[in-house]
Amino acid sequence: MRPPPGTVQAKETSPVSLELLPDLILTLLLLIMAWGALYAPQRADAMTLFIAFGIVVALIWARLDAPDLALAEAAIGAGLTGVLLMHAARELPGELHQTNRTATYWGALAFAVVASLMFLAHLLYDDSLMSAGLLDAETDMTPRLRTLADAAVPESGVEHPVTAVLLNFRAWDTLLELLVLLFALSGLRQLFRDGQSSENRATSQWPESLALMSAWARVLAPLLVVTGGYLLWRGSSEPGGAFQAGSLLAAAAVILRLTGLLPPLRWSSVLLRLSVVAGALFFLVVAAATAIWGDGWLVYPVAYNGLLIITIEAIATLSIAITLSLLVIGEREDLRT
Amino acid sequence: MTAIELYLTLGVAVFLLSLHGLMTLHDPIRRLIAVNLMGAGTFLVMVSLAKRTEVPDPVLHALVVTGLVVAISATAFALRLIIAANKDDATTSEDSAQR
Repeated sequence: MRPPPGTVQAKETSPVSLELLPDLILTLLLLIMAWGALYAPQRADAMTLFIAFGIVVALIWARLDAPDLALAEAAIGAGLTGVLLMHAARELPGELHQTNRTATYWGALAFAVVASLMFLAHLLYDDSLMSAGLLDAETDMTPRLRTLADAAVPESGVEHPVTAVLLNFRAWDTLLELLVLLFALSGLRQLFRDGQSSENRATSQWPESLALMSAWARVLAPLLVVTGGYLLWRGSSEPGGAFQAGSLLAAAAVILRLTGLLPPLRWSSVLLRLSVVAGALFFLVVAAATAIWGDGWLVYPVAYNGLLIITIEAIATLSIAITLSLLVIGEREDLRT
Repeated sequence: MTAIELYLTLGVAVFLLSLHGLMTLHDPIRRLIAVNLMGAGTFLVMVSLAKRTEVPDPVLHALVVTGLVVAISATAFALRLIIAANKDDATTSEDSAQR
């Protein structure tokens, strides 16, 4: 967004232009939320402010032209992580240590303010960062990668550059990420011991008196499923994709599960286990097939790459959705029966 | 000052604030929140750097999408570890009380 020619002079003389106002407000909000998420007196307040922090971060992603991240952050960073924290915190006793709060406040404040002011001063008034190429697009490595990525997008099978990077150019990352999800889930399963009685069965659902929430869940869940499908489909040409769609579906499952409208997702069900591993498995099969018969590990044949990417994304969405919902609200009866 | 410099500094500030929180706070849930906030600060720096060019850098965006999912996996696992450690503490203190 360039200002009209007349205002250019004024822009250069004033250190902070009016265009920065929304950014300054978001910066201030984010610092307040971060502060509250760390130091709010009650743990429940801290967790709520952490969710608010996620929402402000999603707005900042939108300001920074990163709609994919705004979608993912709102669904995963703010939504699912918040539910995860609150759901788990009920199984913990209240906070034990309430000491030296005031000392901590001032220490943190001094530490963060001094260090980030030093960083800002360095950024603004020292040429060494500039000459090292931090803010100079010409001398830096990543824009070159970006140019390479942009140039290759037409051949990738999808039109949206972020999806092309995730599912084609750096498909390795995405494959390993699906494996990380699998490892996290199997780690989670190890921590539910078989001998334990399910003492917290009563607390595994929210009070039934929350009729409003259960009524909302009936409206929200289908909407989330439709939005998730839309994001998956549009992800090939516009912001969206498997991760955003998967986390929306997971959110639908979490809402239904918490209101008791969905029965426990039983680990003993072959269908459930299959859908958990399907994403990584299909990805590996494609990788092995391209390595054996094609041009190399995860180098898709050009004629089929669009179809392959959509298929991988659809299967990965299912796996991501089920794994994330198990990670967030998995209880003994979900994971050990 | 441009928006990119502002958000770079914000990312550094959030990272440092939560690093301090991680070192000084005692409650495990708050420490976990601090780790998540440190991640958010790192992502802020990455996405600000992606904005340097006219069209933002899709490689960095894709890396941050990956990072978000890895962060929630790690958080879920860490929470379960905290709960398990807490149960262990509870049972050992019960045992010593009975003796």
